Parts: sequence; C-alpha cells; structure tokens
Amino acid sequence: MIKLKKCKQLNPSLLAGLTIIIVISVLAFIPGAFTHYNPTDIASDSILKAPSDLHLFGTDNFGRDIFSRVIYATRIDVMIGIFSVLIPFIIGTTLGLISGYYGGKIDSLIMRTVDIFMAFPYMVLAIAIVAIEQAGLWALFLSMWLVSWKEYARLIRSEVLVVKNAEYVEAAKVLAYSDFRIITRSILPNVLSSAIIYAASDVVMCMLSGAAMSYLGLGVQAPTPEWGAIISGGKAFLSTAWWITIFPGIFLVVTGFGFSLIGDGLSDILRKGRA
Amino acid sequence: MDLLSYILKRVLQIIPVFIIATILIFFLMRLIPGDPALVMLGEKATPESLALLRSKMGLDQSYFTQFYLFFKNLICFDLGTSIKYKEPVLLLLGDKLMTTVWLIISSLFFSLLFSIIPGYYSGIHKDKPVDYIFRLLSLLSLATPAFWIGLVLLTLFSVQVNWFPVSGWGNTFEEHILGLILPGITQGIGVAAVLIRNLRNNVIDVKDSDYVNYARSKGLSNFQIGIHHILRNALIPTTTLLSMRIATMLSGSIVVETVFGLPGIGALLVNGIYARDYPVVQGVVLLFVLLVMVINLATDIIYSFLDPRVKLS
Repeated sequence: MIKLKKCKQLNPSLLAGLTIIIVISVLAFIPGAFTHYNPTDIASDSILKAPSDLHLFGTDNFGRDIFSRVIYATRIDVMIGIFSVLIPFIIGTTLGLISGYYGGKIDSLIMRTVDIFMAFPYMVLAIAIVAIEQAGLWALFLSMWLVSWKEYARLIRSEVLVVKNAEYVEAAKVLAYSDFRIITRSILPNVLSSAIIYAASDVVMCMLSGAAMSYLGLGVQAPTPEWGAIISGGKAFLSTAWWITIFPGIFLVVTGFGFSLIGDGLSDILRKGRA
Repeated sequence: MDLLSYILKRVLQIIPVFIIATILIFFLMRLIPGDPALVMLGEKATPESLALLRSKMGLDQSYFTQFYLFFKNLICFDLGTSIKYKEPVLLLLGDKLMTTVWLIISSLFFSLLFSIIPGYYSGIHKDKPVDYIFRLLSLLSLATPAFWIGLVLLTLFSVQVNWFPVSGWGNTFEEHILGLILPGITQGIGVAAVLIRNLRNNVIDVKDSDYVNYARSKGLSNFQIGIHHILRNALIPTTTLLSMRIATMLSGSIVVETVFGLPGIGALLVNGIYARDYPVVQGVVLLFVLLVMVINLATDIIYSFLDPRVKLS
C-alpha cells in the first residue's frame, strides 16, 4: 500500500525529480509565457541562424525559432510519455487481477496472449501499426498501448498469486463479499507497488520510444513541434547548425531524468513501506 | 525432469506462439491500406496488367486461401519478392542480418566495457559519493535517447574530427570495424545503465561472503581479491542479464542502424515502411519475432544450465 503520508521526509531523488517535472510541466502548460515566437512561423530572412539574444537556441532551415519549438514540444512529449503508460497500466492491471484471481482457463488465455505479444520486439510492433494507420499521434498511442500492457498484466498477476492466499483475503471470502469487492478492496491496494515502480521507468521508455518513432518519421509529423521530429529535421545540418539537434535532445534527457529520479525515489519509499 | 526433456518441452512451446504470431502478422499486413499490386506496378498500370498481377499474387482469392498460400510458402522458406529491390526477401534478409549481428556484438562489447568499472566501484564503495555519482550517471543514461546520443557522437567524432565514417560501414574489414565503433557505443551506453545497477548489487552481495573473507585472511592483495573473487562471481548474473538484453538490442538496432546508415535488418524494416514494400516489412517482422523467441529460449536454457537452483518446470 502506498503510504506517502507515513514517509514524512521526501527522499532526495524524489524531491529532485519532482522539481524537474514541475518546471517541465509549467513549460508544458503555458509555453506562450516563455517565448513570443510562434513555433511554426516560417521566416525566410532568418534561416539557420546561430544561437543569439534574438534566438536563444538559433533557428532552423525554415527560419523557425528553435527555442520556441522546443518549448512548445514539451506538452506533446510529456503527454506521449504519460498517456502511453496510463492506458496500458489500467488494461494490464485489470487483466492481471482477473488472471491471477480466477486462474484456470481465463488465466491461460490471458497469459498465452501475453506470450504472443512478448515475441514482438518493442519497436517492431509499433512500426507495423504505424504502417496500417496513417503515421501520427493517434497511431503512435495505439501502438504504445498494444505494446506496453503485457508487462503490467504479468507483474500484477504474479503479485496476486502471492496475496490471494493471505488471511485477510480468506477472511473477506468467509464474509461472503463479492469477487469485485475482494479484488478491488483487499487485493488491488496490496499488489500495486511493483507496477507503480515499473510505470515510472516505463514513462521514460515510452517518451523516448515516441521521440524515436517521430525521429524515424513514423510518429508525430512536421510541422508539429516534437523533440524527436525537431532532432530529425536537424540531421541534415549536423556540420553547419548543431543547435537544431542538440537543444531538443537536452530537453528530452532532462525530462527523462526527472521521471527516472521520481521512479527511483518512489521505489525506495515503496520498498521501505513493505519491509 | 532432466535437461533434455526440458529443452524439448520449451522448443515445442514456442511453436504455437510462432504460428499465432505469424497469423497476426499476416492479418496486420492485409490491414495496410492500398493495393500491393498497384504499389508494385505504379500509378500507370493498366486494369488488365493489374488484374493479371493480382491473380498471380493470389490477391483475388479469399483471405483463408491467401493465408494457406502464405503459410505454405513460409514453410518452403519463400517470403516473396521485394517490390523495391526486386530480389527475394529471404536473400535480402540473409544479406542484412550479418550487419545487425555485428552491431549487436559491438554493442555487447561496449556495454560491458562501460559497466564493469563503475559497477564494481559503486558496489565496493556502497553509499559513498562514488556510488551516488555512478547511480546518477546510470539514471541519466537511461533517460538519453539512443538516436540523439548517436547524432551527438556523429557530430563530435565524424563531422568535427574525421575519425569515423559519417554513414555506412565501408567494404573492407577495417572499415567495418571502424564503422561499428560509434553505433556500438551508442547502443552500449543505454544497456550499461542497466548492467551497472545489477553489477553493483551483485558486488555488494559477494564482497562480504565467506570465500571473500577467507581470501582476505589468506593475505591476498586487494587487487587479487577484487578481480578473482569478487568481480568474477559478481559478473555471472550480470552476463545473464546482458544476454536477456539482446532481444531489446535487436529493436534498438532499428534506430541505431538508421542513424548510422548501417545496412542491417533494422534499417531494412524502416526503408521497407517508407517504400511501402510490404513483402520486406512482413519478412523482417517475421524474422524479428523468430529471433526474439530463439534468443529468449536460449537464455532460459543457458540460465537453467548455469544455475541448478532454477527448477526445470
């Protein structure tokens, strides 16, 4: 059970991670407060300008301000990270609970489906989905959801198998509570912690995979500002305009680092809570 | 249960999974909008030639018949012909697979190179500043996208100073080695992050064990104990973990090959998608699935072989 309240002092990892993510969230919510350039405005008189007071991160080959593109991209990248995890977390947790609690045929059916999805490498299935749907944000989400649910199902199921024979679950059964009540009230709170720890690192994985897909031209499409897509646009100018590639990458690393720190801090707290 | 029947059982287990994965891939490919015959012949195709090609490819048959033909060809190792390269897909795959295998060997080498020293020192100096620095570094490298670090390395070492090729891996053996260094480092950095943490925890477990204390009481030097008693034992689980990461590296190779212009199966997949070359996409996805299943199986078997505590069930 998550007992954040009991843990009076936040550990340094969690604190540092939260600080980074709060700053990033502010950028995501009000990008307009930090730049007056429109991220998609083309300016033929300021093409491939180096970083200066006028353009903090320089401009690209269309004369677009890189700083403003990077800032406006924050929302979409953070969204990819969070929503790519949230939906599979819910689906995987539900399936894992059903699989672990009921066992039998439904358990084999769910776990064999997991086996099949395990055989597809992460990016390969995503790329195949993008081939079917038109490449874009929707196809990206669809592929992430299809790819990521299985880990949650496996994690939750293995925890349920441990918990379901516990005395308090037996007691709930003796009281003739419904399965739904036993699963949601007695089992769920006790099996969530490892899935939560995994989810924190999964956010980073999904955000980076989303950016990688966009880098390959199979995710978010130009001219929508997205870090991976901006980096991809700078690839042709590595020798002349390094700023197009470098700055969005730094934002990706810092955001990923923030989420990783939160995951690291959370796992410390949740493990202590169990001991 | 003895080892042989365990292996047999595991091999038999992957067959139905592979068949279902094949069915899934078949229908995924049929869901792709557009007519493959039209893609092959181009916009100028006459209705007659289109109809001829469609019947030749079996596209006018029912899905069931199509799948039967597809599966029959698959068993005879016939994966169709590439639309873009006009070559049998199987030959293309064989041609490109070696590049990917070499990329993975290079990545394995660099990931071990980057993880042994940090992992060892973090474990020995647990909760000291060194440990915190390496822990932060490994978190940082987990958050670093491979395609970006690849481009940064390219900018630094191929564009600014001309040490490595900007794209591809040349034709001679020396050029191949040179072309594999930066991609290996790129892929190695991400994997090292996971290995460092694992090695650190193993070193912590091993360093206070009885046999290390015994070696100390014999008066062996710290260096000898470090290499022979601590590191060697701590590395066993880490190498197992590394072999489990090979499947992840396979999908990582898609991005890394694209960044560095290496002609492997990952780049083949991406180019296949760009060119709407469905036979190639289908072939690569099938090969990826097969490879991942074989690698996972091999890891399981080796693991049960190395560690007799793993129950063979």
